[in-house]
Amino acid sequence: MRVIVNDMPNGYIPIFIFLALAISFPVVAIVAAKLIRPSAPSLTKLEAYECGIKAASDSRGRYTVRFYIVAILFVIFDVETIFLFPWAVRYRALGWFGVSEIAVFLGILIVGYIWAYKKGALEWV
Amino acid sequence: MIDSFVVITLIKVLVVFAVLMTTLAYLQWVERKVIAHIQVRPGPYRVGPHGLLQPLADVIKLITKEDLVPPYVNKPLYLAAPFLAITMALLSISVIPFGPEIKVAGYSTLMQLTDLNIGVVFVLAVSSMGVYGIALAGWASNNKYSLLGGLRSSAQMISYELPLSLAIAAPLLISNTLSLRTLVEKQAGGILQWNVLHGPFPQIFSFVIFLIAAFAETNRVPFDLPEAENELVAGFHTEYSSMKFASFFMAEYANMITVSCMATLLFLGGWMAPWPAAYGSSFVPPAIFAIAGLIALYHGVNYSRKRDKYTLPAFGVIFLIVAGILLLPVVQAWLLPLFWFCAKTGAILFGFMWIRGTLPRFRYDQLMGFTWKFLFPVAMLNLLVTGFLVAWFS
Repeated sequence: MRVIVNDMPNGYIPIFIFLALAISFPVVAIVAAKLIRPSAPSLTKLEAYECGIKAASDSRGRYTVRFYIVAILFVIFDVETIFLFPWAVRYRALGWFGVSEIAVFLGILIVGYIWAYKKGALEWV
Repeated sequence: MIDSFVVITLIKVLVVFAVLMTTLAYLQWVERKVIAHIQVRPGPYRVGPHGLLQPLADVIKLITKEDLVPPYVNKPLYLAAPFLAITMALLSISVIPFGPEIKVAGYSTLMQLTDLNIGVVFVLAVSSMGVYGIALAGWASNNKYSLLGGLRSSAQMISYELPLSLAIAAPLLISNTLSLRTLVEKQAGGILQWNVLHGPFPQIFSFVIFLIAAFAETNRVPFDLPEAENELVAGFHTEYSSMKFASFFMAEYANMITVSCMATLLFLGGWMAPWPAAYGSSFVPPAIFAIAGLIALYHGVNYSRKRDKYTLPAFGVIFLIVAGILLLPVVQAWLLPLFWFCAKTGAILFGFMWIRGTLPRFRYDQLMGFTWKFLFPVAMLNLLVTGFLVAWFS
């Protein structure tokens, strides 16, 4: 008997079973740990860990804008790579049409990349 | 019909989960041993023969540790972060195929939980979710070290995801499928058909780019800046203890296993043998185990430490029995593909450990400059060249 299910909904059933197991595992482990471990919090233990020095301020401060630029660039280029997957799957069927189309698509993005490079958006200082 | 499907699925889920958990525990033992031997020391040696019970001791230690939840954290996110990390890390294994279709007791089933037609995208999507676990852990801990570690980690993981996806897209141009099983089946017939060597344009560059990006995605040395213990203490998990800390630890190893499996499937032909069985490739696995068994027996007889007198001959006998089992034609149909799959994945995992024992850490500006100014354009160029050559020769 052949039990292979390739159609959409049934193919995801094992994933959901596995997901249930993968969620319950840390829950069980943490609850089990809670039952047997000691718990003796003290004022010193509950301080923020800063190598023994009292924390001077909250950590909800400002940080460098570089991370923001990286996030923006990531959104642009990651959306691009997602578009490449369906193109890659149909590649041989598309023939030279696929090649020229992606050359235009990537060409625009490469121009954008060079612009970002020249602007210094990729420098990390 | 549907009953047998459900029963088989449940069995497969339990088997895969149990094997994955054991592998996670022992991968950490193997890593400690490998690094210890690189640094010329014996590594874990006290708990059980050759430290083989060390993972068990670690679990007991981590479970019985006091678990502090500091009062200044953002509690819901602080508690959710380790769950997110470990769940997403474990989930991606569910679409990885370990071997071909097999027949057990009249039922035929795939050596895989489920063969999604979008397997590659599924793994990418789920593993990208893992970045939330780390970013949230860093932010919710409300600790400066954690915040810096979380920020660094998020920026690093999203930056290296670009060359990673581009390196995955290039072999897909050759294979034209997103199903991981079909991907492997198209690489049948020996080492020259594997994507890493298969023409018109061997994907060796994609393979190297994929591995470099995978090291960064899993936060491994030399890209382990999120934890950088000498500047950030432990980075995003500074404020985590007990099983919550263990969750992050296990997530890292689970991600390592996933990317190694993906590299094997995309580039190294999955469970396919390096050359056809007609030329004797089916005798290689038993031979390897037999040689390992004989070496263990030899060292057991000429032991240098007293406890090796009993442990090494025992290992030798076990290896010889495995070699004998691998020679049986009944089980060869599914044990040999499994062997090749595990051997290739294991070789990549060993590479992870080898590099951890060899290379120092990057500086953060070097790390970001490397991916944005070198790895990303090279991956793009590689994709364009692959695309052009595939179109030219087809």
